[in-house]
Amino acid sequence: MSDFIKLRNIVKVYGSGQNSFLALKGIDLDINAGEFVALMGPSGSGKSTMANILGCLDKATKGSYLFNGVDVFALNRNETALLRRNYIGFIFQGFNLLARTTALENVELPLLYRGMPKKERRKKAREALDMVGLLEWEKHTSAQLSGGQQQRVAIARAIASNPLFLLADEPTGNLDTKRSIEIMEILSNLNKDLGITILMVTHEPDMAKYATREVHFRDGEVNKVEAVIK
Amino acid sequence: MIFNAIFLALRQISRNYLRAFLTMLGVIIGVGAVIIMINLGNGTQAMIKEAIESLGSNLLMIHAPPHLNPSGTSKSRNFTMQEVENIAERTAGVKAVAPVSMSTAVAKYTNKNVQTSITGVTDGYFTAVDWDVSMGRKFENREYVAGVNSCVIGESVKKNLLGEAEPLGARLKVGSIVCDVVGVLVSKGQGGRGNDQDDVILMPLKAFQRSIKPSDSIYNIQMIMISLEEETDYKIASEQISTILRHLRNIPEKAPNTFEIQSTKEIQQTVEKSIGSMTIFIGAVAGVSLLVGGIGIMNIMLVSVTERTREIGTRLAIGALEKEVLLQFLVESATISAVGGFIGIIFGFLMTLLLSSKLNIPFTFDMQIAVTSFLFSGFIGIIFGYLPARKASRLNPIDALHHE
Repeated sequence: MSDFIKLRNIVKVYGSGQNSFLALKGIDLDINAGEFVALMGPSGSGKSTMANILGCLDKATKGSYLFNGVDVFALNRNETALLRRNYIGFIFQGFNLLARTTALENVELPLLYRGMPKKERRKKAREALDMVGLLEWEKHTSAQLSGGQQQRVAIARAIASNPLFLLADEPTGNLDTKRSIEIMEILSNLNKDLGITILMVTHEPDMAKYATREVHFRDGEVNKVEAVIK
Repeated sequence: MIFNAIFLALRQISRNYLRAFLTMLGVIIGVGAVIIMINLGNGTQAMIKEAIESLGSNLLMIHAPPHLNPSGTSKSRNFTMQEVENIAERTAGVKAVAPVSMSTAVAKYTNKNVQTSITGVTDGYFTAVDWDVSMGRKFENREYVAGVNSCVIGESVKKNLLGEAEPLGARLKVGSIVCDVVGVLVSKGQGGRGNDQDDVILMPLKAFQRSIKPSDSIYNIQMIMISLEEETDYKIASEQISTILRHLRNIPEKAPNTFEIQSTKEIQQTVEKSIGSMTIFIGAVAGVSLLVGGIGIMNIMLVSVTERTREIGTRLAIGALEKEVLLQFLVESATISAVGGFIGIIFGFLMTLLLSSKLNIPFTFDMQIAVTSFLFSGFIGIIFGYLPARKASRLNPIDALHHE
């Protein structure tokens, strides 16, 4: 299944007039279903802007974005939220788990917004926690978990709702090498075993090696695309 | 969606009870104050109404106070029996007419003596002020006619002077005479001015006039009490009495009255009106504190939105709709406020109970005010919660996610 994600001539301008800043200078990018793409580049290269647009959190100034056949830029705020709710999972650099909330409750949150009944919700959330190896930690709150564990809970939250697309923005940015490798292995397995399409933003070449394709950004343009040879 | 919002809001509140309680405090105090003030006001009103009604609910009292008779002697400050009889015969709708005279005297029994008030009465008195005896009897007709030195004593006199002794047949020394107790009055308790209505000795008017306050003048009646039938209009009756007295006293047409007619109904209405408006005023002042409580909620909710910006960003990113976030925050503030209102009602109820017993005011609890202030507090939560909730729901998810 190709053409899962189709970006054409994406331009993003921040600000206006004299102070405007061109963050993306006309990007064309296709991602096929089942791919694991690593978005690389130095800071200020536009990779995070790109990720926000890909995650339907932000809109481009110009260009078009087809997500699974849907014209994303034509959707209103509500419809975009529904698209994220039903098809996209998010993993953030800062984990962004809810404070004073147990691991299980955190994982349940997207299912809650989907209106899933409690019993089913609980079952799904447990399955997702099991996948990241944290089932016995379900009653612990974020403050009682290590950074690596918190990121694993965040992954469980992202995959609990069976998304088509997983967006990971610097998922290992706050973790040491050992924990980073754990996280990357989980992501890699999700991609291989469940066929979830993953887009990961990173500036660490070691982590990008887990992807199937690297897209390098520089100054708002795609600098280099290369397949990862394993 | 509503249930989700309620669930999320309640869960959020349960995460920090202390904060929720502190947020509620303003509403608790506000609702509590409204309830205490209004219920104590109502209690006071009921107490005063009862005190006035204990005089007789539709009673006219005719005095001739000194300020209306500046040049007159003490004689002209009283009434004559002829005037009393004329009023009794020529006024419509009268139940009983009671000429009375009052004085204070020392009453003695064995080695005890107390200062008490002595009232000279006729048969109409008991009807006019709606008073009965709990022991013994009232005066008999022959005692009124002959002015026998009998007396009917109030509950307090019995207690203070006689103690445990048998009251009926006891001989008291009152002023310079000796009188036999023939009856004890039913206790009336405190009067409208906090006076003890049971601290009294009643005597037949004639005996009083002869022995307690001797006078050779025909102006020997201090006050006329007239009990009207319930349906009689006190204004019309006052008019009639005024005309009769002016005629008997030959008061020229333009000259002012030398007497004054008070109606318990009128007094009651005036007092009720002033206490009523006082209650509303105090209630309104208390209501302001409720409003301030609402602003307190808004303040905390705004802080909460700022504090939880990343959380809101996360919720929006994983697909919470704008209205879902709005609803969650609204339900949160409405719940905090309504729970605060509920606690405030309980607090107000207990404080009213405590204060009314301490201040000797009858306990009343107005359910309608309780329900109204509860609904109002919930309403306040929604009103003051709306701004923070809207602020939260309109956040841009990217900015919110990267908020430090």
